[in-house]
Amino acid sequence: MKRAADFIEKLTSVIFTLCGFLAIAFVVLITGFLVMQGTPAIGKIGIAEFLFGRVWASTAQTPSFGILPFILTSVYGTVGAVILGVPIGILCAIFIAKMANGKMASFIRGAVDLLSGIPSVVYGLVGMIVIVPFVREAFNLPDGATLFSAIIVLGVMILPGVISVSETAIRAVPKEYEEASLALGASKTETVFKVVVPAAKSGILTGVVLGIGRSIGEAMAVMMVSGNVANMPGLFKSVRFLTTAVASEMSYSSGLQREALFSVALVLFVFIMIINLILNFVVKRDKEG
Amino acid sequence: MKKLTCIVAVVLAIACLAGCTGNSEATVTTDGSTSMEKVIGYLSEAYMEENENVKVTYNPTGSGSGIQAVLEGRCDIGLSSRNLKSEEAENLNGTVVAIDGIAVIVNPENVVSDLTIEQIGAIYKGEITNWSEVGGADAPIVLIGREAASGTRDGFESITDTEDMCKYNQELTSTGDVVQSVASNPNAIGYASLASVKDTVKAISVEGVKISTETIQSGKYKIQRNFIFVTKKNSELSESAQAFFNFATSKEADEFIISAGAVPVKR
Repeated sequence: MKRAADFIEKLTSVIFTLCGFLAIAFVVLITGFLVMQGTPAIGKIGIAEFLFGRVWASTAQTPSFGILPFILTSVYGTVGAVILGVPIGILCAIFIAKMANGKMASFIRGAVDLLSGIPSVVYGLVGMIVIVPFVREAFNLPDGATLFSAIIVLGVMILPGVISVSETAIRAVPKEYEEASLALGASKTETVFKVVVPAAKSGILTGVVLGIGRSIGEAMAVMMVSGNVANMPGLFKSVRFLTTAVASEMSYSSGLQREALFSVALVLFVFIMIINLILNFVVKRDKEG
Repeated sequence: MKKLTCIVAVVLAIACLAGCTGNSEATVTTDGSTSMEKVIGYLSEAYMEENENVKVTYNPTGSGSGIQAVLEGRCDIGLSSRNLKSEEAENLNGTVVAIDGIAVIVNPENVVSDLTIEQIGAIYKGEITNWSEVGGADAPIVLIGREAASGTRDGFESITDTEDMCKYNQELTSTGDVVQSVASNPNAIGYASLASVKDTVKAISVEGVKISTETIQSGKYKIQRNFIFVTKKNSELSESAQAFFNFATSKEADEFIISAGAVPVKR
């Protein structure tokens, strides 16, 4: 009997180890693949010309592969989404955690969960049919498929992540802090903004970094609302993101164009890696502090 | 990487041999135009359903490479979305299998209903930027097109002579998106293959000719191009390749060509 139990014990530990290594294997495989496929084109084009070139014309007679427009668009788009989405998200989290009564809070939480479950193509579709014409009319533009429309869509898309992570962080703040603040005569608003939020700072920051990750990696939704032309970015110009540059050309590409698209993916990958490192740093500092 | 591919290929080959013991599989190889992907996809799928032991492959390389491949005997049938040049026609036969008609579409609110090819070219090159210059309302023209690798874009730009010169406001990745965007913007102009034009947009006539299956087949509608099967003049196709060729050029193939968004040849 004991031997059988031992055997099962051993077997499960082997299976767990295998699963653990499988996860690592995928990361190594994807990283290796991207580096291998992505570097040759950068070498052929020249790293400075590739990263800082302002013109992308992959199928022209004399092709040009500069991805500065994509990089800047991705950065601007993400910054815009954070400016728009993070304040709303944090205030919403405070409302759910501190202000709303039980019923209201669980209703809003349900709505937020639902929001996070909506597929990105649906965000894109709604953006295309509602936001793009709205932006065109509101700002009197010839066309509404612009960076601004993409920022609105991204801002909404990062909301659920920011809200749920921030809410958890705010709830984790010990009740004594609040009670002490209230006992000293501070109002509820003062308590929330001067005591609770600073105490939950690093948790909220984690939510923000997750939001950044989500918005820089989003492809489908922004492809449908941003116009997808490789212009240098402007708020009311048609723009193309790093993600959409890969997604829109990959299916038919060949030769150097295909290799260059892998290089674009590699650059995107590096961005995501940097964001993950920042996230690790924030979480670690939180634990130590 | 090469080694890995090799191993995968060997494994696949073994798996295939194990799977279809005894049944020798004939292969028909096609190579060429990326614009013909849908047509050849529908045709080969339909053909392979009928003939289970034949496999039709397609290598999307571009019309030029496809023609070169036939010439060098690297494939059975070359696919070209342009007519053969005279020096190519010395050694090769071109057979039209289908016609690609590209509709120029505007918002139904737009009063413009007819343009010449020169006007369309000038609009897309950014030389004409206001609808009033072509008889419409005083409003800026919004140019909507397809992504760089699209076959429809390639066809449209080569016929209107605007290759690499278009000043697009939007480059969308599907025909449906183009139709949707034109439908929602009163100042937009776009292009899409005839099959995907819906009531939400207005297809304008080009040089006085309305787009329809008939005007495309008769050649009166100008924004169209032929989809061509290219074969060698002085050598016969393999039995299976000839059978597929016959199927694709028969009346039977019409329904699949239509489902693929192209116009069948008048037979």
